[in-house]
Amino acid sequence: MSANPTPLHLAVALDGTGWHPASWREPVSRPRDLFTAAYWTDLITEAERGLLDLVTLEDGLGLQSSHFLDPDGRTDQVRGRLDAVLIASRVAPLTQHIGLVPTVVATHTEPFHISKAIATLDYVSSGRAGLRVQITARPNEAAHFGRRTLGRIDRYDTPAVHELFDEAADHVEVVRRLWDSWEDDAEIRDTATGRFIDRDKLHYIDFEGRHFSVKGPSITPRPPQGQPIVSALAHETVPYRLVARSADIGYVTPFDTDGARAIVSEVRAEQRAAGRADEPLHIFGDLVVFLDGDPAAARARQERLDTLAGEPYTSDARIFAGSPAELADLLQEFETAGLTGFRLRPAVAGHDLPAITRGLVPELQRRGAFRRAYEADTLRGLLGLARPANRCAAA
Amino acid sequence: MTSPTTSSKPRRPVKQIHLAAHFPGVNNTTVWSDPRAGSHIEFSSFAHFARTAERAKFDFLFLAEGLRLREQGGHIYDLDVVGRPDTFTVLTALAAVTERIGLTGTINSTFNEPYEVARQFAGLDHLSDGRAAWNVVTSWDAFTGENFRRGGFLPQEERYSRAKEFLATAKELFDSWHGDEIIADQDTGTFLKDAKAGSFTHTGQHFDIHGQFNVPRSPQGRPVIFQAGDSEEGREFAAAEADAIFSRHGTLEAGRAFYTDVKSRLAKYGRRRDQLLILPAATFALADTDAEAEELAREVRRQQVSGATALKHLEFVWNRDLSSYDPEGPLPDVDPDVGDNHIAQGRAQVRMYRDPMATAREWRALAEANNWSIRDLVIHTGNRQNFVGSPATLARTIDEYVQSDASDGFILVPHLTPTGLDEFADKVVPLLQEQGVFRTDYEGPTLRDHLGLAHPDTETEERQAS
Repeated sequence: MSANPTPLHLAVALDGTGWHPASWREPVSRPRDLFTAAYWTDLITEAERGLLDLVTLEDGLGLQSSHFLDPDGRTDQVRGRLDAVLIASRVAPLTQHIGLVPTVVATHTEPFHISKAIATLDYVSSGRAGLRVQITARPNEAAHFGRRTLGRIDRYDTPAVHELFDEAADHVEVVRRLWDSWEDDAEIRDTATGRFIDRDKLHYIDFEGRHFSVKGPSITPRPPQGQPIVSALAHETVPYRLVARSADIGYVTPFDTDGARAIVSEVRAEQRAAGRADEPLHIFGDLVVFLDGDPAAARARQERLDTLAGEPYTSDARIFAGSPAELADLLQEFETAGLTGFRLRPAVAGHDLPAITRGLVPELQRRGAFRRAYEADTLRGLLGLARPANRCAAA
Repeated sequence: MTSPTTSSKPRRPVKQIHLAAHFPGVNNTTVWSDPRAGSHIEFSSFAHFARTAERAKFDFLFLAEGLRLREQGGHIYDLDVVGRPDTFTVLTALAAVTERIGLTGTINSTFNEPYEVARQFAGLDHLSDGRAAWNVVTSWDAFTGENFRRGGFLPQEERYSRAKEFLATAKELFDSWHGDEIIADQDTGTFLKDAKAGSFTHTGQHFDIHGQFNVPRSPQGRPVIFQAGDSEEGREFAAAEADAIFSRHGTLEAGRAFYTDVKSRLAKYGRRRDQLLILPAATFALADTDAEAEELAREVRRQQVSGATALKHLEFVWNRDLSSYDPEGPLPDVDPDVGDNHIAQGRAQVRMYRDPMATAREWRALAEANNWSIRDLVIHTGNRQNFVGSPATLARTIDEYVQSDASDGFILVPHLTPTGLDEFADKVVPLLQEQGVFRTDYEGPTLRDHLGLAHPDTETEERQAS
């Protein structure tokens, strides 16, 4: 390892009791508390104690399923979840530094509502909001809304999936334009003329796209960060393109350093093609983690949970089982491929999140590879991103 | 003199007053020019307001909604407070800084989908431990629709039919979990008792949806339902479906007439009179003495209606640009423009003037008789404070309204953000408590407890039994 490694960014992805489907059966898990504010507050404040950049919160517009596209009717895994934006806003006043990045599903939601919700999350968290944009191709979720039917999709590279990602890109574009539809100093409270705002500093966005048109301006003034953080998970070229065009952070899923290098190179090429080469874009590697001081204990835990689940756990991301020191080695090796940070998915939230904050983080700090205190007040600040100029104002 | 509770016993059991607070927003009630006026966006304002209302043991805090900035004469309206945060996000954040007070939000049934709204309200109810309430409103104008995928196609006559079906569908979703499905037995490995938990099918004129709702039953079963709107259809909708109704009937006589009318509609839906609360919005001017309060009220009205604001309000009726008129001068001698395109967009109140010619005639006569300028006229005909006086006067008057069945309580709308409730909480509430007509502490944890409403399961059993 080099003597002066680049400081890493660290995020943790929260989903129910953890990413392993049998995680809820661990004694440390609190499956009956999943629908309480206390549960989420405890997890997110633990992540904040570990000085992490941000937490993401998974979401979905239907019951969780072990199948890619369809409900599975299973009763042996966690089912049901609360709206991620609401969880983030419930915990926001109880935290001070950590970024809060809920998942929003672009396919069935209104960008106008999402824009004001995330802007408001930015207000209630004093500049720590972001979103993780996601599409859904699940027919059952479309049936919950009844406004469109989605054809069967068996792989990423189909016109139907392209269309869902194009729609998501439009969704993000509308959300971003709405954040900029108020200039920062639009509220003037000019008692001499009786004007509360300078309406010349409010802008119609007049977005016209294939799936929707939105007039604007937002009803919510420009949020504290100007532009909250937009992020997306990406596994293939089509979502890489969404990340390259629209996001501040892309979460990618390399399995080894060469794979990481190839992904980074492809995302950066898409970024240049999108004309954003000069803009900062973080690429975080995603890993599922089982962490224990004794690496054998981590592997034994994984096996025990697999046995409980009745099958080995598989994931779109690399599954790591080992010690914090081993994980630190791996992250620093991956970093050489051009990843700027990592989003860790705790296999068991109640166990592996504290293992990250109390094991991995001190290990990285010893190596000079992670912050020892929060050094910024906003999520953009933590990520080294400047507060952006207002695009509508410049136009 | 405060009312002695020991010497003169009431002849019948006193009604308990319900009090709530509306965070004021985008209208000219809010006096933003006052040096004490704070932010209407920063969370600290909402937190201060909610904590004050909770300190005063109010039933709930209420947030209105707007989905498009108002326009007048083709320009964004700039004289009132402009801008507000997202309702769900603020209410959920407020759940973190309060413990008991109810959290009520207006959510439009036109530009949302039942699955998503039901999810958000069920989530708010979980995350607040049973304090969520939904004010179901409807919108049909293409103007607001321009911000949404759905657009603005809903014909006006369909607005209640969609709202009713929206609410019915949401209730089906809330009721799709019974509350006992999650076992989460770590030893046996059974998380769900029933693989079909949350199953629903709804086929109707506006919604055709099916599947599984993904939020388990919330502490209140479903949020408390509010209705706002005064039409015949609105009153029936409230009588059939709502737990509480927001009304605008500010005077004692109008309040009593409305109260009698709406309460009499409940029986045909198998409901008791106490299953629908009537809570008008009310503004107030409070000072140490009645005389000082009268002076304050006059001052506030002048602040609420500047010359520029007066002209804009006159335009609601005249429906033409009046900016060349002197607000301190006489009313325009031109007639209102009765064309279809209205000069003001995104406002409900322009619909109040169904016959602008008649209103103009009436206002001219009023102005001439009283020698009023445009601004004087708008001040006198516009909304004025419902309650003006000393703490004792306010406490007595509010109690009189409630005891004589003009309402079950009030949703107070202060003219200052966020401190406009402080003095009421400190000076009026203790008097109401001394009179024995307002709680000194919350009796239960949920908003249903504060409002004296049964849990929906109990209520359904009652309806079926009756």
